[in-house]
This record gives sequence, structure tokens and C-alpha cells, in this order.
Amino acid sequence: MITTTTEPLALAPATPSGRAWRRFRANRIGVAALVLVILLALVALVFFVLDRLGIPFPMDPDMTNLERKLLPPNSINWLGTDNLGRDVLSRLLNGAYISLTVGFIAVFVSLSIGVTVGAIAGYFGKWVDNLIMRVVDAIMCFPTFFLILTAVALLGPSIINIIVVIGLVSWTGTARLVRAEFLTLREAPYVQAARALGQRGPKIIFRHLLPNAAAPILVTAVLGVPEAILAEAGLSFLGFGVQPPQATWGNIIADGKTYILDAWWLILFPGLAILVAALSFYLTGDALRQAVETRSERQ
Amino acid sequence: MNNEPILQVRDLRVDFVLEDRTIEAVRSASFNVDEGETVAIVGESGSGKSVTALALTRLLPVPPAQLKGGEILFRGENVMAMDSARLRRLRGGQIAYIFQEPSTSLNPVFTVRSQIAEAIRLHRPEVTKVDDEVVRWLDAVGIYDAAKRMNDYPHQLSGGMQQRVMIAMALACQPDVLVADEPTTALDVTIQAQIMDLLGSLKDKFGMAVILITHNFGIVSGFAARVLVMYRGRIVEQGPTAEVLRHPQHAYTRALIDCIPRLGSRERRLRTIDHAAIGDV
Repeated sequence: MITTTTEPLALAPATPSGRAWRRFRANRIGVAALVLVILLALVALVFFVLDRLGIPFPMDPDMTNLERKLLPPNSINWLGTDNLGRDVLSRLLNGAYISLTVGFIAVFVSLSIGVTVGAIAGYFGKWVDNLIMRVVDAIMCFPTFFLILTAVALLGPSIINIIVVIGLVSWTGTARLVRAEFLTLREAPYVQAARALGQRGPKIIFRHLLPNAAAPILVTAVLGVPEAILAEAGLSFLGFGVQPPQATWGNIIADGKTYILDAWWLILFPGLAILVAALSFYLTGDALRQAVETRSERQ
Repeated sequence: MNNEPILQVRDLRVDFVLEDRTIEAVRSASFNVDEGETVAIVGESGSGKSVTALALTRLLPVPPAQLKGGEILFRGENVMAMDSARLRRLRGGQIAYIFQEPSTSLNPVFTVRSQIAEAIRLHRPEVTKVDDEVVRWLDAVGIYDAAKRMNDYPHQLSGGMQQRVMIAMALACQPDVLVADEPTTALDVTIQAQIMDLLGSLKDKFGMAVILITHNFGIVSGFAARVLVMYRGRIVEQGPTAEVLRHPQHAYTRALIDCIPRLGSRERRLRTIDHAAIGDV
């Protein structure tokens, strides 16, 4: 027997995720955005913990002081005060975790549904696929935001309701994506090889199809977070979101819109916070997509 | 060991039903494979040889494929009548496959180790030291430094090594029949020779029956004891390899043998098959 197999050259990171990470690191905007995302998450976490421990920092976000109302940014209130004399900076920091929690959990809900439904449709095909995708089409016919608005109006505005409702109406895109991935992947020779090996259907889905679809799923997940953040901000702005006195970025703007001509700081800073949060998630997601989508490397 | 063939195929017919027409991929195939025997199925693209191979364990997607008739008996048991649990044990455990494209037949996101281990766990749950078994089979297929190489991802291996991994994966389940569907088509000629040598020596060592599917008469001659020639969905000729090569009976077989380029031949053009001259079978 001939044996000529020799040591192959040791090339840079071997694992698929290692290679994606290397490409991601080369993208400066992506890295900057990721740093921002991490920073935001840390801020949200720290101020959430401080709030629960009852430590008002920099000030109690709910403490009113009518003698100091509608003050522009100054040495005590760095970002000014609102119409009840509450410190805007404290309210912004305190509201951060609402936005991020809603973003992450809503995406988790929508991803769980979307991936499951899409996987079933894509793997089984035929009438199963047809039935599921027609339902998806029907759901997609509704304008998402108004669907959320209606559902929250009926169920009552609480954080849990908002998260669940956003998650329940936003899974359709993920389902379509996963289905499309599965339709391609299930024709792959290694899937055929797995069947020729006598592997069971569910095992093929979880072991052979899902990991190969992981990259685009991760990208939609990251891109789904800002959508949910914006949806929550929109709901709060309209008064259907998280109820006062709990501060969220959306309801700070809602409270401030009456004073828009006199107190620009009430709109600008929470607006910026929403912008920065959404943008950093979008940019991270975008960089991630570029990092994982180089498929031509070596099939 | 009794003398009954391990695999009996009788009048197998497979259609592909498309929207506007029906393609008869296999129109009539009957053959036997004995225990430990090596049989080659030779034919050009579209002659139905791969479809026949996949039909052995009902791997064809239904629809569009349709098993129109015939019988496949594995050790006397009718494959057509097996339920899905029995089929899964048959696939891999008793009839294993090696496919044409080793680079795409391996899942790109898992290491070689985890993929061979998957095969072992499926069909030999009694094996406790799975890693040792993986190393043993990688050794058996001639992969150098198997304990280290098994942690590689498929893209880190050359085509020849990938095919060796596929072979290791198939053999690790200890099948009775190994179906090699054009195992060397994607490899270059020197690697082809190595892989064929490897298959030959493994076959002798483990004593399984091998069904080699190829369009290349050149690699059949030194390898298979018996050869079946398929043309347009039918087996047009079968017999001992040397016999068929020396005295081909069917016009198509002759044409196919004539297509093998010969070193030192003065012909300036490679021969092709004139289908009109052969006609329908």
C-alpha cells in the first residue's frame, strides 16, 4: 500500500469561527461598533444593578424637583433636567437596560420561532413547506409596527408583553432565511452522505444543516436587535410602551416633545442614545455578515 | 458462509417523474453480488449506474424518483419492504457508500474526528473508546499521524486525504457491502491509483463485497472480478472482467473499451461513442 500523506502546512486559524473572527477584526468600523455594543451592554448592566441595590447614581432618576425644572445642561445636571426637574442623564442611563433587554429577548423569541419554523419548512419541503410559507406570507402582509401596536393595546403595556409581542411578529424574516438556507444545504453531498450513513432526520437537521446555516442566522440575530430597540422606542413614544415613572429612551422623548422649542436637550440626548445603540448594532451585524459570507474560500 | 448472494437485484426499474415528462433512469437491472465479491458497474454519464447504486438502500428522493418495480434482496430480506428504522440500520451499517466528491461529502464545520465518531456511534453503539476507534480506522486508510490529523477540518486535508477519510468513515461501520460511486473521479491520476490500491487492500483485509461504479474501464481491469456494463438504463452485458475486456459482446461495450486512450497510440483524436451506430437496446 502506498502511503504518501505528509503533514500539511499549518495555516492560520483552523476553525470556521476562527477564520470569521480574523476577518471581522480586520474591519475597523465593525470592531468600533462591537466595542460600542459591549460598552452599552456594560452600562445597562451596571445601572440596572445600581438601581436594584437602591443606589441613586448619578442621581435618583425618578426624583422630582420642581425648583430645578427644565434646566439646560449644567455642572450638576450634565444633560439638563426635564419638566419635573428629573435629571436627564440619570434617566437615560437607567433606561438603557430596558432598551437592550427588549432588544435581546425579543430577538431570542423571534429567532427561536423563526429558526424552528424555517427549519421544518426547508427540511421537509413539499406540502409542509407550502403550508408554512403561506402562513408566513399572510403574517408578512400586516405592517409589523401596527400589528405590535394593536397587540400591545389589547394586552396592556408591560415589558414582558412588549418583548413577547415584538418577538411574535418579527420571526417571519428569519423563517424565510432559514428555509432558503436549508433548501440549498439539504442538497449538499454531505447531507446525502449522512443519509447514506443511516442518520435520522432530526439529527441531520441539528447536526448537519443548522451549524452550516449558523452564520446567516447569527447575522440576522444581530441585525434584529436594533429593530426591536426601535420598535420599543416607538411604542414608548406613543405611550403604548413601558409606563412611567420607569424611564425609557422612548418615553423621555415623549415627555420632552411638548417642550421641543424650549428644551432641546430633552429630545436630543435620548434621540442620540437610540441612534448610537441602533447604529452600533447595525454596523456590528454588517461587519459580521462580511466576515462570515466569504463562501468561496474553499468549498 | 452460505452460497446465497448477499445482494440480489431483480428487474429493478426506476423512473424520474418530472412535471412535463417521465425519464426512465433504470429500465431493467438484474444482478447478484456474492459475499466478499468485487463487482464493477461501468457506463457513461446518465446510464443509470449511480441511480442503481442509490436504489440499493432506497436513498433516492421520492418524488421525483419512483421505484417502478423489481426486487432488491439483502441477505434474502426485501429492501423495498423495510420500514425506516430498518433502512437506517441497513444504510451505513450493512451497505455503506463512498461518493464522488470527497471535498463536499464531508461537513465543512466539523472535524474529521467528530464525523467518523458519528458514524461509529450510529452503527456500533457498543464501542466505548470512540476516539481510539477513529484513530484505528484513519491508520487503516493510511493517514499519517492519525491521532493529530483527526482534529483537522476537512478543508485542511488534500482531496486524496479527504477521500481516505470518507473511506474510513464507511469502513468504521463495518459494512458487508461497500458501494464506491466513482470514488476517484474528483482526484488526479496518481492519487486515483493510490485510492484504488487502498480500496483493494482494504477489501482483502476486511472481506466485504465491493460495488465499484465508474465510467472508466481502465480502473476496472485490475480491480473487479466481475463487470456489469450499463447503457441507457439497462445492463447490456455482464461477466468476468477479463472476459468482457477481451471479448466484448455488445456494441456499446466495444465502443466504451475503445474510448480508453492508449499510450503510444498513433491516433491523434480520442475516440468517442457513436450512439447512432449502437442504437437503442
